[in-house]
Amino acid sequence: MFTTVIGALNVGFLQTLKLFAVTLIGALPLGLIISFGSMSRWQPFRFLRRRNGRGARILAGFRPISALCRILVWIIRGTPLMLQLIIIDYIPGRIRDHSPWGTGETGRFLASAIAFIINYACYFSEIYRGGIQGVPRGQQEAGMVLGMTKRQIFFKVTLLQMIKRIVPPMSNEIITLVKDTSIARIISMQEVIWAGYAFLKGSHGYSGLIWPLFFTGVYYLIFNGILTILLGQLEKKLDYFRA
Amino acid sequence: MTILDIQHIEKHFGDTEVLKNIGFSLDEGQAMAIIGSSGSGKTTLLRCLNFLETPDSGVISVRGKVIFDAADPATQRENEVREKRLHFGLVFQNFNLFPQYTALENVTLAVKLRQPDKSRWAAIDEQGMELLGRMGLADRASHYPHQLSGGQQQRVAIARALALKPDVLCFDEPTSALDPELTGEVLRVIRGLAEQRTTMIIVTHEMAFARDVADEVLFMDGGVIVERGPARQVIEHPQEERTKQFLSRYSNS
Repeated sequence: MFTTVIGALNVGFLQTLKLFAVTLIGALPLGLIISFGSMSRWQPFRFLRRRNGRGARILAGFRPISALCRILVWIIRGTPLMLQLIIIDYIPGRIRDHSPWGTGETGRFLASAIAFIINYACYFSEIYRGGIQGVPRGQQEAGMVLGMTKRQIFFKVTLLQMIKRIVPPMSNEIITLVKDTSIARIISMQEVIWAGYAFLKGSHGYSGLIWPLFFTGVYYLIFNGILTILLGQLEKKLDYFRA
Repeated sequence: MTILDIQHIEKHFGDTEVLKNIGFSLDEGQAMAIIGSSGSGKTTLLRCLNFLETPDSGVISVRGKVIFDAADPATQRENEVREKRLHFGLVFQNFNLFPQYTALENVTLAVKLRQPDKSRWAAIDEQGMELLGRMGLADRASHYPHQLSGGQQQRVAIARALALKPDVLCFDEPTSALDPELTGEVLRVIRGLAEQRTTMIIVTHEMAFARDVADEVLFMDGGVIVERGPARQVIEHPQEERTKQFLSRYSNS
């Protein structure tokens, strides 16, 4: 019995890990793009700034890219991930006659991955923004008066200080992500909790088994334990300087 | 020989006029101290020279060559501005050392970025060590900024600015962030540079230092140059009423 259960849970946890990895790979860069977007200073109506009238002045200061990104972040952070997951899974299939995500487990995984990437990118973008804005302006100015290019200033001066600031909040978010992958169960993606619950409902010739569901917690604990150690080491590596 | 000449510099922040018709020239090997109360425009003037702020009008020339003319956009192109910045060095009030680099790396980073041929980097390191030696920091080369005292950090910052061999070295209140004990060691270094005839502009609140080290003193108030003259004369026998008022506050305290 034990080996059957462990075998089934392993398959489920593999799917959990896959969703975790794909979300990280997608959300880390997408989050950076959204954070740059929300800091965008582009003002297409700036030419109106010398005009009279309140309306013209407000329009002159309008930053559409920044506004768009901030609204996106507000919506995604302001609604439950579970709801976003359901919407992304169902709605496209309602508009067209069949779901663009495909059928079966592959389709459910794809829908989950998209929902998770968008959701986590928004959280990451706020962490990036804090990291970028947390580096004192004087660091950039020091680079400028030393004749460095903007690129050199970013890569040689700002980036590492940014990373140092980002690692602790990012570690938090990454550990939360490991546990959040279980939400994909709501659209029946077959991750580890789904696999454990199956033994309660009846699967592999067993039914009414409660302990496999509880045992899934061990998987999360061990994996998060390993992540905590790795992220702690990264934090330690950046301990040689103070920013 | 005139190394720096600036004329009719004006700068506004919104509706506030921060610099009004600033003009002066500086000879090579001279040290000029700029004094005045906070908000008088001293720091903005230094930032204009280093292209951290763009003056609304005026002309800046170095060694007879116009490097900035507010009326001529061709003098304000991003790429050229970067090169023109190198005429000036700037030492900040709060040092702004790069925390992830050692003292020596702080000094050599910008120089190395301008030298793609890595076989020459050993010479750059050597020059960096020599500069740190002149600052009395040879034994601190491999320390990170947070391992150094404020005075040591500021001396590293001075070495960093000198490494690019600027025509004019600017100091923006270099000792204002230091406690009195550490002020002395930084002022000694600047005094040493003055003795070696380094061309400098020093914004400072240390009146005795300005009197003893600078060749000339320029007193600013409300964005204009109120008085300018030989250091000892301006500090000890100011002509203008406004300068007398300002200086009396220092001798009383």
